Amino acid sequence: MVETQEVIKYPLDDYLRTERLPHIWCPGCGIGMALQALLWSIKELHEQGVIDRKKVCFFTGIGCTARASGFVKFDAIHALHGRAIPVATGAKLGNPSLIPIVFSGDGDIAAIGGNHLLHAARRNFDILVVMVNNMTYALTGGQLAPTTPTGVRSTTTPRGNPENVMDTTKFVASLRPNFVARYSVTQPTVLRTVFKKALPKRGFRFIEVVSTCTEIFGRHTGFRDPYELYLRLKKICKIKKISSIDEIKYDWENEITCGTFIDKDDPSFLDMYFKMYKPRGMVYGES
Amino acid sequence: MRVEFISGNEASAEGAMTAGLKVYVGYPITPSSDLFEYLSEKLPERGGIVFQGEDEIASINALVGAALAGAKAMTATSGPGLSLMAEGIGLACMVEAPLVIIDVMRAGPSTGIATHVGQGDIMQSRWLSHGPYNLVAFAPFSAQEAFDYTVKSFNVAVRLRIPVILLSDATIGHTRERVVIKEPGEIEVEDFKRPTVPPEKYKFYDPDPRDLVPPMAFFGEGYYIHAESLSHDERGYYDTRPAVYRRLVERLVEKVERNKKSIVASKSYYTDDAEILFVAFGSVARSTLALVRDLREQGIKAGLFRPISIWPLDDEKLIEASKRAKKVVVVELNQGQIVEVIEDALWHHQRYDVEVLSLPMILSETPSPDEILDEINSKGWRLW
Repeated sequence: MVETQEVIKYPLDDYLRTERLPHIWCPGCGIGMALQALLWSIKELHEQGVIDRKKVCFFTGIGCTARASGFVKFDAIHALHGRAIPVATGAKLGNPSLIPIVFSGDGDIAAIGGNHLLHAARRNFDILVVMVNNMTYALTGGQLAPTTPTGVRSTTTPRGNPENVMDTTKFVASLRPNFVARYSVTQPTVLRTVFKKALPKRGFRFIEVVSTCTEIFGRHTGFRDPYELYLRLKKICKIKKISSIDEIKYDWENEITCGTFIDKDDPSFLDMYFKMYKPRGMVYGES
Repeated sequence: MRVEFISGNEASAEGAMTAGLKVYVGYPITPSSDLFEYLSEKLPERGGIVFQGEDEIASINALVGAALAGAKAMTATSGPGLSLMAEGIGLACMVEAPLVIIDVMRAGPSTGIATHVGQGDIMQSRWLSHGPYNLVAFAPFSAQEAFDYTVKSFNVAVRLRIPVILLSDATIGHTRERVVIKEPGEIEVEDFKRPTVPPEKYKFYDPDPRDLVPPMAFFGEGYYIHAESLSHDERGYYDTRPAVYRRLVERLVEKVERNKKSIVASKSYYTDDAEILFVAFGSVARSTLALVRDLREQGIKAGLFRPISIWPLDDEKLIEASKRAKKVVVVELNQGQIVEVIEDALWHHQRYDVEVLSLPMILSETPSPDEILDEINSKGWRLW
């Protein structure tokens, strides 16, 4: 009797373009953990009937994180550097029943795409933005990012970064969109819960995921061992409740404040537009 | 069908609504802003959304997203804004997202003169983005044509899955004229070419071999499309192999050429026996046509060839119009751009016997027929 070997299916296989695996991410990279947490949250929401996975679509720019659009089994576009947010915006305008997720890196979202980030957050526009922050331009070999800690060397600041650092989460929080959170890949279970919370909401939702980049950022900071970098993040990524956004810290030496800093249900851009302009024959969910 | 007395910009807005515009994303820029304002008022009641982006980069990228979601999408801008859209136009070509850009040309370079006319975006409209690609551009010369060719721009955009640019200008955009506004049924309105196979067999970039255009599924329908800005295979998967890149990019360039017959448009005036053939487009063609009529009254055998499709050029009609011509005079409001296209077309058809005379006018106003004549006389060409 010939025994047929049972193919073991990973629970997220239905949400991945498995034929495109293995992915491009280096050993020790945290992007996979961020993506995994996101896919689990989509799977759970889909299975619970909260969202329809057919409506979920991925928008990514350029960078290591942005490559995710090619690995996930959703409608997706791998677009231009920095422009994932406006492409997602247009798609949501074109079909308000879509659930757009922008999944990209810190260079893509905070640097070249900073203007789009600012205005999407200010408008409380109905998209979820997940920014995986590895504190460097990893795909292009380790150049300076606005999120690179001051003093840290990069290939374009060989004597150390002379700039002030950008705390993207604090910046977005100052614009008061409906949801702002920051967690780390060292908190994967929390991440999954937070994605699950943010995904079905209306308005602009921003989640920064502080991640590990051993190959590039680790090399510049003396963390060649993924485990060591992971432990460092675990030490400094402190989940806190805050009473003012002034308490949010982005300090590579001591504390990167994590937590859900804003979670509200103000009318979103599309809520407002549909209420005020009543585009004929169009509906935007149940208000 | 109804008749209105409206500007070229308003006529373009009406044309877009007739064509089924669903998403307009704009950024204010003179002389196109009144088109944006007109749609802000009218589009919601016609079942569409108007959105103001944070810049023109946001506009063009949002149009790509809207198109992927299945919406007919448009923006309007002018030279500086079009320059900012360069990379996004390349994206639209690469991911094959149909969209329409109304470029109301103004005097350049740089910010130039915002309120004055120019025709300096001929080469820009075609070669704006980097790398090999292809697109279509039309230049209307009246408010009526602004209406008709906005509709046609949408038709060509969805038929070929490409961006189409309407090269209007400040004079056309702001001149009020009688316009016959047609509704679908009274004018041809095409819809997206949709997939005929189930999602598991569908590929976002698998072209129909006849017209080289892949049928288009939309986001949110369960096809799990992967739209890719990088070089990609038929599934949209990133592929760096030279053969895959070549197959893709050759198709992107070829699909406009293959479908040229259904795109090209032009108009010829008094060309049957014309020995001097003028070539002009847009607002300048109106003055040039008046000049041709003046010359005819003096017994001079002048004619006018007016390209409406600039990219691609209606070269067969140009050759026909120039059959008796010894001299071709190309009038345009720039340093001489479309003259290169005309010369190229004539040479391509072995019309080496025709002398092409370039009459570029660096003016920020549409010249009168007399001003064009003065410019010709100042050259000492002895045309008649």
